[in-house]
Amino acid sequence: MMKAYKKWLIAIGSILLVAIHTIPFYILLTSSFKATDDLSSKWAFPGYLYLDNFVNAWNEANLGRAFINNTIITGVAMVLVVVIGSLAAYPLARHQTKWNKFMYMLFISVLIVPPLAILVPLYRFYVDIQALNTYWGIILIHVTFNLPITIFLYTGFIGTIPKDLDEAGMIDGSSRIGLFFRLIMPLLKPVTATVIILAGVAIWNDYQFSVFFLEKTEVRTITVSLAKFFGQYNSNIGWVAAGSLMGALPITLVYLALQKQFIHGLSSGAVKG
Amino acid sequence: MDTKRKLSSGSVLNLFYIPALALFAVFVFYPFIKGIQISFTNWDGYSQDFRWIGFDNYSRMFSDPQIVNVMKNTLIYGMGSTFLQNMLGLLYALYLNRSIRAKGLIRTIVYLPVIISPLIMGYIWYFFFQYNGGALNDIVLLFQDEPINLLANADINVWIITFVNTFQYMGIAMVIYLAGLQSISKEYYEAAQIDGASSLKQFRNITLPLLAPSITINVVLNLIGGLKLFDVIIAMTNGGPGYASSSLSTLMYHLYFSRQDAGYAASLGNLMFVIISVISMSALYFLRRKEMQQ
Repeated sequence: MMKAYKKWLIAIGSILLVAIHTIPFYILLTSSFKATDDLSSKWAFPGYLYLDNFVNAWNEANLGRAFINNTIITGVAMVLVVVIGSLAAYPLARHQTKWNKFMYMLFISVLIVPPLAILVPLYRFYVDIQALNTYWGIILIHVTFNLPITIFLYTGFIGTIPKDLDEAGMIDGSSRIGLFFRLIMPLLKPVTATVIILAGVAIWNDYQFSVFFLEKTEVRTITVSLAKFFGQYNSNIGWVAAGSLMGALPITLVYLALQKQFIHGLSSGAVKG
Repeated sequence: MDTKRKLSSGSVLNLFYIPALALFAVFVFYPFIKGIQISFTNWDGYSQDFRWIGFDNYSRMFSDPQIVNVMKNTLIYGMGSTFLQNMLGLLYALYLNRSIRAKGLIRTIVYLPVIISPLIMGYIWYFFFQYNGGALNDIVLLFQDEPINLLANADINVWIITFVNTFQYMGIAMVIYLAGLQSISKEYYEAAQIDGASSLKQFRNITLPLLAPSITINVVLNLIGGLKLFDVIIAMTNGGPGYASSSLSTLMYHLYFSRQDAGYAASLGNLMFVIISVISMSALYFLRRKEMQQ
């Protein structure tokens, strides 16, 4: 008796939870499919198929170009984060001198530097070296600010690989540098997956760097394009909603396909304190 | 043999972190020091003509009419979201920590906003709260004639932004708490049941103490995230009306790019760095010490 009642309570609770957390996405859907002159409630789904919002948003916000820019910037930055991060972690994990322990602390301490706190000097520096509105300019910033957590994760992971392995490799006569690439690198696959997800999501979604360093239309990423678009057309909700939906869709699909890896990756990245 | 091994080991490896060190030096340490210099000038952000004004930018903070409110908002974004994310994250984790059917679905949906850009998440909630044709007002209009403009209400919009930030990132807290709960051995609870301890007592004496490491991670992480909140504010209110919902980061952005007040903006950047490091590091220190005591 008691059990049946409890079961019902949990079932209702679950339905409520799912409903509440779906509301904003539901509103996004109805808004983006509604014609501009349709003033009916946002809760009602339009009874017709209307795709103009998507066409207009795609063209006006230059989303095609933005997707290409996002892909280039995120792709290159991720490769660099993995290579530079894993390389840096190896001596920090394996050659723990006093000096290297200090270097490790120095690298990790960058985690608490809020990027916006150094915005003024960084922007000025970018004007000077003509790095504004360039792929390499924004990529180097992304790489730098994703390195601390990457180095943290790799250093921790390499620490769990038995040192016997390195020594066995050295007896074979290979140099320690060769050792890293032949023996260690292949073992880093699981933590590399975490790093790629963590850095990939952060870079793909970035707004607070991109808005300053990517002002020109040709180099704008999805978030910057959407923000400009929103600024111009915020009275036309259908357009902005359609743009937001398209902007969020690619990463949402990847998330739904690789859920386990995403949730595991992002949470183990969170365990950085 | 010996010299050869020495050559091929040890310090040679340190070459591996030179690229990382170079990036940090150029894009973090150099700007950081430069920022301290700029904060002692009246630089406007572009001209060659500026002079040293000592601590004027810092003393200006005390007479700036915006600053008290902006500081208050920053603390609400930081501490308010931290509180809400942890309470809700823990509640959801406790709810999901049993065999219920929709467990996977709930986790997927609650976690979804984590991977979406906070700017886009801000827009999505803007569609919900906005004055003209917002989803909330569609309901409000059923009960009264006038729509409500919550985003323009200076007392409420800060809390709406806090709520949106909580909604977006509570999934992380939930997943971390869930992992923490699953690592607690069932034997503790069995023993407690034999002793006749109520479920509330079990929660206070077993669950909470053993979750301490998860609490530390979540609190510190959410504090840092909330204190530097930027994207959601820009998306929902742009810091307005006026500076009513501005945080230190959005105020800085406006001062630098709209008001050409680079020197002052740089000093606020330094203030932000100090506030975030002091608050997050003392929270870390305090919570770690509590962990040790158990």
